[in-house]
Amino acid sequence: MEKPITGEKRVFMTGNEVVAWAALAADVDIMYGYPITPQNEIMHYWTRLAPKHGRGFLQTEDEISAGFTTCGGVLSGKRAFTATSGPGNILMQESMTMAEMMRIPTVLVVQQRGGPSTATVIYSQQEVTMTCYGGNGEGLRIVYSTGTHQELFDYTIKSFNIAWKYRFPTFVLGDGYQAKMRESLHIYDPAEKGIKMVETTPFVGLAGTPGVDREPAHLRNTYNTEEELYAVVSDLVAAYEKIAPEIVEYQTFETEDAEVLILAHGIVTRAAQAAVKTLRAQGIKAGHFRPVTLRPFPTQELREVAAKAKKLLVVESAQGQFQKLVKDALYGLSVPMESYFKPGQGITSEELADQIKGGK
Amino acid sequence: MAKLTKLALAGEGGQGVQSVAGIIVEAANDEGREALYIPNFGVEQRGGVSVAYCQISDEKIGSPKFIYADLVIALSDRAVRRTKQYVNKDTVFIYDSSIEDIEKDLPTNAKKVLSIPALETAKKELTPRVFNVIIMGAAIAATGVIDMDGAKKALEKRLGYKFEQDPKLRELNFKALERGAELVKSML
Amino acid sequence: MTAPKMPKSWRAETKPHKFCPGCGHGLILKALGEAIDELGIQDRIVFGCDIGCSLLSWDFFNVDSVQTHHGRTTPVMTGIKRARPDRICIAYMGDGGGYAIGAQHLVNAASRNEKITVILANNSNYGMTGGQMAPTTLPGMKTETSPYGRDPEATGFPTQGPEMVAAITRENAYVARGSVANVRQLKNYLKKALQNQIDGNGFSFVEALSGCPTNWSTNAKDTWNFIEKTMTQYFKVGEVKTPAPKEEKSNG
Repeated sequence: MEKPITGEKRVFMTGNEVVAWAALAADVDIMYGYPITPQNEIMHYWTRLAPKHGRGFLQTEDEISAGFTTCGGVLSGKRAFTATSGPGNILMQESMTMAEMMRIPTVLVVQQRGGPSTATVIYSQQEVTMTCYGGNGEGLRIVYSTGTHQELFDYTIKSFNIAWKYRFPTFVLGDGYQAKMRESLHIYDPAEKGIKMVETTPFVGLAGTPGVDREPAHLRNTYNTEEELYAVVSDLVAAYEKIAPEIVEYQTFETEDAEVLILAHGIVTRAAQAAVKTLRAQGIKAGHFRPVTLRPFPTQELREVAAKAKKLLVVESAQGQFQKLVKDALYGLSVPMESYFKPGQGITSEELADQIKGGK
Repeated sequence: MAKLTKLALAGEGGQGVQSVAGIIVEAANDEGREALYIPNFGVEQRGGVSVAYCQISDEKIGSPKFIYADLVIALSDRAVRRTKQYVNKDTVFIYDSSIEDIEKDLPTNAKKVLSIPALETAKKELTPRVFNVIIMGAAIAATGVIDMDGAKKALEKRLGYKFEQDPKLRELNFKALERGAELVKSML
Repeated sequence: MTAPKMPKSWRAETKPHKFCPGCGHGLILKALGEAIDELGIQDRIVFGCDIGCSLLSWDFFNVDSVQTHHGRTTPVMTGIKRARPDRICIAYMGDGGGYAIGAQHLVNAASRNEKITVILANNSNYGMTGGQMAPTTLPGMKTETSPYGRDPEATGFPTQGPEMVAAITRENAYVARGSVANVRQLKNYLKKALQNQIDGNGFSFVEALSGCPTNWSTNAKDTWNFIEKTMTQYFKVGEVKTPAPKEEKSNG
């Protein structure tokens, strides 16, 4: 069958369309999903394109089902993913927690909207806590916070490889702005860039008769005693901590001599970067540290950079969800920290620059 | 044009605001410039003011939303009231002259406030259906984000299939673009 | 210009409402408003609405109203009714809220014979989110997530909601399917459904065939034809289950 993308080309499209193309390019076999704004168009594009490339789709009865059917698709050995937002993300926590416990390499694309509850369909960064630490688990998840359409494309493809290589549920954390806005990017066939898609293997349904030709797969997520569970969770944590250094990603902007260090993630990084430029032009030594992976968090790297600053400014379109991750990482550091919270609202570079200038 | 240009276009649903915004940014993108466009959206499927936020630059664009626009075009009374918040001393504010009783709601802090007879021109000289194309002409003349050729190319790309069926439409739309630009140029 | 005549239980301050031109919700809610007026129960109603276009009815009536989560209106109204049996609880939702994400709640409320009234607007798509396939999308019907037409082999046939509810309820339930194409009949069904709750009898459920010209991309004539002629090929209008007459009726 013909490849969905050959070579590389510059396109101008919405973020939701980008995700659909990335999944196609990544050889994803099947998508399960349920309507919720602002990510619906991922399904709209997938349902139109997928049949032309022999891929599957099922619209489920709700997000609980979308998450569990995705687990099923992955258990069967196929590249499967789903996408959601807000209240739908809440419902995904049950299945994603099962994936955490059972090491099922699911991929979930989250386009954050306002919260709590139904709130708005528009935008926020208010699903950080839930996406990183939702469910009744220990947050053994891989979470990429994208800020541009190029990243949305790159990291959606990457998430399938990271998930299948390291066997932890993987998330692409976007937002409603990224979902609905149109900007340019380069889409490509991963093979063009030397990216080889990590092989998938079935958990169930392998060849041969169980008990005769091979051992049966007996998969569970229930344990009987405290001691048993402790051993299981310890192993999971150890496995996660072992691979974390290979997965952690972050970016720094003019942090070498920064006195004011802006901490932000996702699309807010664009405002932060622009603010740093503006401030530097005015002689203010501003810098910006951006975690790209919120899980695993670039703790060591942030500590080193933050220790050199005179003041930290945590910026997010939420009421401190990102700050909690930051504080967890920076425990013990005495650098003064301020916050700029705008739950459910976009943040511009002008207001950040004003905020910092006003504070000086 | 190296600097970043920010446009906010607003009107009632059905006035073609999002179409115009989409064509402008695509034209800019096709010319190799950086462009970012995001529509506003709430829960209702219909009704409510439709706002399009466009940014065009030669460098990568920052946040999708902005506080103040370089150009605001408002096509209804609700749109005028809705977009006042994007106006500062550097903003050119254009509204359609057909909007009644709007004087007290107009911004008082803009660089310039222009009333253009886009709807009237459409009705009298062309056809009401190209009202939004006149607005597009006004927008590109007021900002210079793309030139007239680029605009015509973008229109052709979008509506070419309709033009093929009825070549008179091409003339009509191109004329609308030019008239919109003229309306603004005569005032700026 | 004088305002059109509205049911007394309607809230005039929130009119004109926010539904699209040609939407069926306006008609269903008018029938409901008149039913409430004629039964004289405006002061006892608690009205719950779902997510989707039904949420736009949150401030529609002069009754206490709660907008809940998608599919969760049935359990919220159940919770109120269980704690305050004197209230008349109405759960208002669409086909997604009732037959997809809310199906388990609908089934269980019906099975437990909860004394609430569920009213479901069926327009064969998810309207507010932009026209995706719904459990009641017709075979061959194009939606945003069935762009090549719904294939019943792949995704099943349209859900027969009232029939399902009738099958799992017993003799105290009232179940019917009306249509915005016959508002008088719909109002009659709604009154009977509410009366079933007033009498303390049992679960009552009314599905109303409704229109969505915005996502169907149909003009007025085609919208009407779709509701009257096409939808009725898959959804039979009429009463599916009526409770046996009681000698003694007490106010529930």
